[in-house]
Amino acid sequence: MNDWQPTASLDNLRLRAELLTKLRVFFAARNILEVDTPALSRAGATDRHIQSFRVEDDRRGHLYLHTSPEFPMKRLLAAGSGDIYQLCKVFRSGEAGRLHNPEFTMLEWYRVGFDHHQLMAEVAVLIGGLIPELGPPEFLTYREAFQMHAGFDVATSGSKECIAALNRAGRRVPAEDQLDHDGWLDMVAGDLVYPALGKGRLTFIYNYPASQAALARVWPGETPVAERFEAFVDGVELVNGFHELADAAEQRRRFETDGTYRKQHGLMDVPMDERLLSALGHGLPDCAGVALGFDRLVMVAAAARSLEEVIAFPADRA
Amino acid sequence: MSSYSTSEFKSGLKIMMDGDPYTILENEAVKPGKGQAFNRIKIRNLKTGKVLDRNLKSGDTVEAADISELDVQYLYGDGQFWHFMNPENYEQLAADATAMGDSKNWLKGEELCKIMLWDGKPLAVTAPIFAILKVTETDPGARGDTVTGGSKPAKLETGATVKVPLFINEGDLIKVDTRSAEYIARAK
Repeated sequence: MNDWQPTASLDNLRLRAELLTKLRVFFAARNILEVDTPALSRAGATDRHIQSFRVEDDRRGHLYLHTSPEFPMKRLLAAGSGDIYQLCKVFRSGEAGRLHNPEFTMLEWYRVGFDHHQLMAEVAVLIGGLIPELGPPEFLTYREAFQMHAGFDVATSGSKECIAALNRAGRRVPAEDQLDHDGWLDMVAGDLVYPALGKGRLTFIYNYPASQAALARVWPGETPVAERFEAFVDGVELVNGFHELADAAEQRRRFETDGTYRKQHGLMDVPMDERLLSALGHGLPDCAGVALGFDRLVMVAAAARSLEEVIAFPADRA
Repeated sequence: MSSYSTSEFKSGLKIMMDGDPYTILENEAVKPGKGQAFNRIKIRNLKTGKVLDRNLKSGDTVEAADISELDVQYLYGDGQFWHFMNPENYEQLAADATAMGDSKNWLKGEELCKIMLWDGKPLAVTAPIFAILKVTETDPGARGDTVTGGSKPAKLETGATVKVPLFINEGDLIKVDTRSAEYIARAK
């Protein structure tokens, strides 16, 4: 058996180390403080599409490995930390494949006083500096991206148009009632829209449907949109960012909605983070935050096809 | 009845879809950071050979298709069914024209074939890769015309028609590649 060996080449591991150094230089130059928050905690992500690892502690009972450092970082922001970033391992159960590993390295940072547009601009500067081969960045609203790559207007359509777009692309799909409207939008996005984005450059998608706000603010209007963005290179999702929700009551409502969904779908019950809610109650400064999948960034920089080319020991060899 | 979850999908897996058996050719799990995950699969219908793309919600399960394969010997055809025997237990099996597909063009008797069974019933028959068959009908070749590389149709003893070089005559034995229905060589 040769499975003691790393799956990544030593060249790619050197590139990985070089990118880590450059990231730290980037943040140091901008006076953004590096922080370190717990990987194990009593509360976890309630997000319906992200599954936590639960571990047992003799004294404290169930603990959860974090799926993102977002909640404790927001507690630091509420405590007055100012701009912060963190590079850490995060853990997501059941995620494996060409673009997934159950543990991966996440870069997360927050900018006080920024909205999502200002933060997108900073993301573009950072990634453009790390991967100079990329062309100038592109910025599309979720609605524009769907018009361009799925051929319909999300503002005036429902599940039926999603199914029709998938059928036009030659895909057979489940019955309409198998997914809700957001589920259908996700399928169109993942199958038709995202793979077409970021050809040789970084493409940002922003202003998501309000129903997909996650932890972003919702901009009320004729068609309310979530102040959330993602960015792609060669169809690979690299970042997800928000103009951060600061309303404790609204945050609690979203946690509870997720909790109900988790119960209905037989997913593990994850306690909501009361300490985050207390921090939001105390007051989160107006800020924007973003998470970047570092392994995927290395993958794009190395022109690799899969994460195992840039992770020394992926899950199968861990 | 056994079933597979989308997390168990891999190429070669045999699954049921809309009442037909399929084999998975490609599988990709698409998982957005936030949002519904799904599996994109390319599958081939084992009855019709048709290939299609399909998306499934991740976590869904599909029924496994009961597919097995047997080495059998061809016995005879009765016009409606083609009869085979399992040389291990002498059990006989009958395949219809759909299951035979093009394989029926290459069998005259005793050939060893592969037969794919679905729920124990013949689904597809694969003839040996090469068949040696007699030409029963073809136009006489132009004498000396071996240079132009022309070809002509020839009817074989099984009733199939293949393109052969001009120098092949009635009564000749020829070797045919059954996968492409192409003439390979004159046989002795």
